[in-house]
Amino acid sequence: MEEVQLMKGNEAVAHAAIRCGSDGYFGYPITPQSEIMETLMAERPWETTGMVVLQAESEVASIYMVFGGAATGKKVLTTSSSPGVSLMQEGISFACGADLPCLLVNVMRGGPGLGTIQPSQSDYFQSVKGGGHGDYKLITLAPASVQEMADFVELGFQLSFKYRIPCMMLSDGVIGQMMEKVVLPPFKPRRTQEELLEQCPWAATGKTEDRERIVITSLDLDPYRMEKKNEERQSRYRLVEATEVRYEEFMCTDADYLIVAFGSAARICQNAVESLRAEGIKVGLLRPITLWPFPGKILAKYAEKVRFMLTVELNAGQMVEDVRLSVNGKVPVYHYGRMGGIVPTPEEVSTAFNKYL
Amino acid sequence: MSNPIIDPKNLVYEKSKVLSDNTMHYCPGCSHGTAHRIIAEVIEEMDRQKETVGVAPVGCAVFIYNYLNVDFAEAAHGRAPALATAIKRLNPEKLVFTYQGDGDLAAIGTAETIHACNRGENIAIIFINNGIYGMTGGQMAPTTLEGMVSSTCPNGRDVAIHGHPLKITEMLALLEGTCYVTRQSVHTAASVRKTKRAVRKAFENSLQGKGTSIVEIVSTCNSGWKMTPHQANLWMEENMFPYYPLGDLKDK
Repeated sequence: MEEVQLMKGNEAVAHAAIRCGSDGYFGYPITPQSEIMETLMAERPWETTGMVVLQAESEVASIYMVFGGAATGKKVLTTSSSPGVSLMQEGISFACGADLPCLLVNVMRGGPGLGTIQPSQSDYFQSVKGGGHGDYKLITLAPASVQEMADFVELGFQLSFKYRIPCMMLSDGVIGQMMEKVVLPPFKPRRTQEELLEQCPWAATGKTEDRERIVITSLDLDPYRMEKKNEERQSRYRLVEATEVRYEEFMCTDADYLIVAFGSAARICQNAVESLRAEGIKVGLLRPITLWPFPGKILAKYAEKVRFMLTVELNAGQMVEDVRLSVNGKVPVYHYGRMGGIVPTPEEVSTAFNKYL
Repeated sequence: MSNPIIDPKNLVYEKSKVLSDNTMHYCPGCSHGTAHRIIAEVIEEMDRQKETVGVAPVGCAVFIYNYLNVDFAEAAHGRAPALATAIKRLNPEKLVFTYQGDGDLAAIGTAETIHACNRGENIAIIFINNGIYGMTGGQMAPTTLEGMVSSTCPNGRDVAIHGHPLKITEMLALLEGTCYVTRQSVHTAASVRKTKRAVRKAFENSLQGKGTSIVEIVSTCNSGWKMTPHQANLWMEENMFPYYPLGDLKDK
């Protein structure tokens, strides 16, 4: 029988990381996600599963520790919050350039700059448009519950290893800090070195006589080879876009209007949809679970039947741009957002929605 | 080799099998080639090719992975000790070393270097100190000597503007996590032999889990210094060695 527990989203990430057989965690404390490393350190997984947990000297060091671990095929993750994730952008670009699988978690807080420690969703652009340099993408999962923060650890690793693209779990201070019921994933042993070699023949594991040396690098000074490398990576991106889109629909089938929201904003919108429905307004909620690949096709389909769409985000309007691109002018797309760490109430969302009726 | 020029029975020396056949891109007179060869020979003599993962720097030696026939991970500028930390902790049986220049180790990567050493990571750091940024064309390094000319201090390093040349190896020797800190060179046959012993000791220390070992190699960059290889060696002896004296700083 599955054990239901009550815990924070941040704690759930830590437990899920141990349970799914992670090899290593490297991080640096930052509010509002420090419970992740605190939980890992208290659990002492190095004594049970053999998982390495290390507090680095900076987010720059943590992302490069992740790079180093991933270069040897290990299942490694780091977690941070917005300013820390900004510091990691160089390393994220390098990991994408070297096609390394890894899991990154951003428990977003308000910015720019030091900003606030209160929740926000203002790192959407940074995560889905490439926060660092170069043409790259991060598979971006947006959890809307403590359960999803737990579940997306293993899902994130699976997707990342399947496509050799780093995966970002883009959570926020609401989901990370709130306590909720959760069923943790079952224990799975860490991969043996034989299993690792089978899964990651590309990894730098020591040059044996039966193969050439392996070099994990993002560098190639030959422009033709470099373009080929980029083209191959882009073709993997197209494959991810074709096969890995995830979203959730709530009361969408007969909807005349559509609210689009992810993460904590989507939970607020669900309440707003329920109360608007009680007033007889046929509104639905579409919640993108993958922010990249973005569920643009389903939005284009809804654009054929709804009168307008409203995105609700804890930012100045970021995902709204992708919704507009997806519907390509077919229907008006409005945005309602709060910034600075303010989380709107369902009533505020309903009021914002009613303005456009 | 199919058609040896030298009759095998007359062969007294050959290139290490851990060195690849690629032609090195280093300038004639540069110390990198000798340092690479030393590392290759030590890995071969220790029979650790299969267990070695090197971490390459940014700088001229970014292409070290083209010359050493072992697995490599290429770091961003300065981040090699962070990569090496994770590689070694996740693969404790491996021989893990970084190869870093002075800009990489003592400027942009100072934090990663100091903290890896302070944690006593069981890695070896090979530190090439030629007092200049070679690959980007001869700019000032943290280790550029006072009065020494570079493209970003064309009138010589003025300590009032640029600060003093950084003796980072002395700083690292102070840290509890380092077990072996030495400064060597590769400009004479005798110094090459000494450096080889130092590299061997550093590699053995890391396999024995004794902590972090640092082998600084005071090196020439004759193209960056605008000197002939011979002039560069003499200049290094006269100017670099008094400020960066050779020998062991720590051996515990």
